[in-house]
Amino acid sequence: MATDPTTDPQATGGDYSADGGHGAVPLQGVPTGLGEAAAGEWPLYEVFVRGKRGLNHVHVGSLHAADDAMAVRNARDVYTRRNEGVSIWVVRADAITASSPDEKDPLFAPAGDKVYRHPTFYDIPADVPHM
Amino acid sequence: MTIDHDEHDLQERFEAVVARHDRIEPRDWMPEQYRATLVRQIAQHAHSEIIGMQPEGGWITRAPSLRRKAILLAKVQDEAGHGLYLYSAAETLGVSRAELTDKLISGRQKYSSIFNYPTLSYADVGTIGWLVDGAAICNQVPLCRTSYGPYGRAMIRVCKEESFHQRQGFELLMTMMRGTDEQRAMVQESVDRFWWPALMMFGPPDDDSPNTAQSMAWGIKRDTNDELRQKFVDMSVPQAERLGVTFPDPELRWNPERGHHDFGQPDWDEFRAVVRGEGPCNAQRLAHRRRAHDDGAWVRDAATAFARRGA
Repeated sequence: MATDPTTDPQATGGDYSADGGHGAVPLQGVPTGLGEAAAGEWPLYEVFVRGKRGLNHVHVGSLHAADDAMAVRNARDVYTRRNEGVSIWVVRADAITASSPDEKDPLFAPAGDKVYRHPTFYDIPADVPHM
Repeated sequence: MTIDHDEHDLQERFEAVVARHDRIEPRDWMPEQYRATLVRQIAQHAHSEIIGMQPEGGWITRAPSLRRKAILLAKVQDEAGHGLYLYSAAETLGVSRAELTDKLISGRQKYSSIFNYPTLSYADVGTIGWLVDGAAICNQVPLCRTSYGPYGRAMIRVCKEESFHQRQGFELLMTMMRGTDEQRAMVQESVDRFWWPALMMFGPPDDDSPNTAQSMAWGIKRDTNDELRQKFVDMSVPQAERLGVTFPDPELRWNPERGHHDFGQPDWDEFRAVVRGEGPCNAQRLAHRRRAHDDGAWVRDAATAFARRGA
């Protein structure tokens, strides 16, 4: 590619996609902001919601807040406007340690060859009841 | 450009995930152009939702009843929520929200051209719900299956709420159509103004959309612009009949051979002009967003100072 369209904000002619979702937006000639750091931004929180009693909290998205209490209040407004939850957890994104799915020696590989951990590994005659 | 062996493997793994319609997740390796395309699309989708609060937001204080005011407040609040879900998805790609906000208010990133048209009467609140949000649903439902996980999940939330938006709009228009001749004329006038801009929401025709092939190969996009536009027209025509309004297109008719409606083309020069910033309300929308951001600066500063003291 001769020119990098990300650095040419003027090049918005004739090159659109409908995938702006709420209407077509240009997918060329618009800077992305990738790699640009923002100073003084409120920290990012990940939000987890318990949909109803008896269920686990499930990750629903993230938001920015100045502190923990504001994160909970904002999470209520952003993620539970229609009774989607009975309980909210928020945790600062930088406090989460995650596995990396693309590591050379995948974290989950050891589980692959232990088929005997699954009930289907065992042959039981069909006439044995309740099993 | 040299691609080392590792990157070749990563590229193959990425393509295999997309090919089996599985999802790409934030920490996966992905081609830089895939990442850049997604950032542009998701960020500008988010901007569209945020700017989209304005055309209807202006009517909140002038709603004709408490019921309509409560509905409109909830709807406009939803648009804010949709913007926040989408910013959250965009950030998983490695951009900061502050940076995206800055790109919006400096006009360097765009938003859907539909929000640069004015809302001249309360009927427009109904028409936006019915046609504009109806067109958005046609776009957004296939995006629930998009290849990038966080974008698809945000779209699932958005689509659930968008149905309320469309139905409240149609119900509003039905109520007006049961009213006086003057009210019926208001509805027709509003539909006449929004029909063509709504068709433009799907973007230029397929033969003038050079990005579509790549976006479909990456599984970002699932249907072409023209396919989505056709679907929207076919969906809207019987709704218009039921409502008792017409669309301002002399070429619009059922084609039994194709099993679809034939219809005319919107003015694509107008579309490009509006995206470039020459629409009726571009300057006003951006100025309002910028003012809201500036006016909120002291609140952000105060909250930051308070958080620092509490820590």
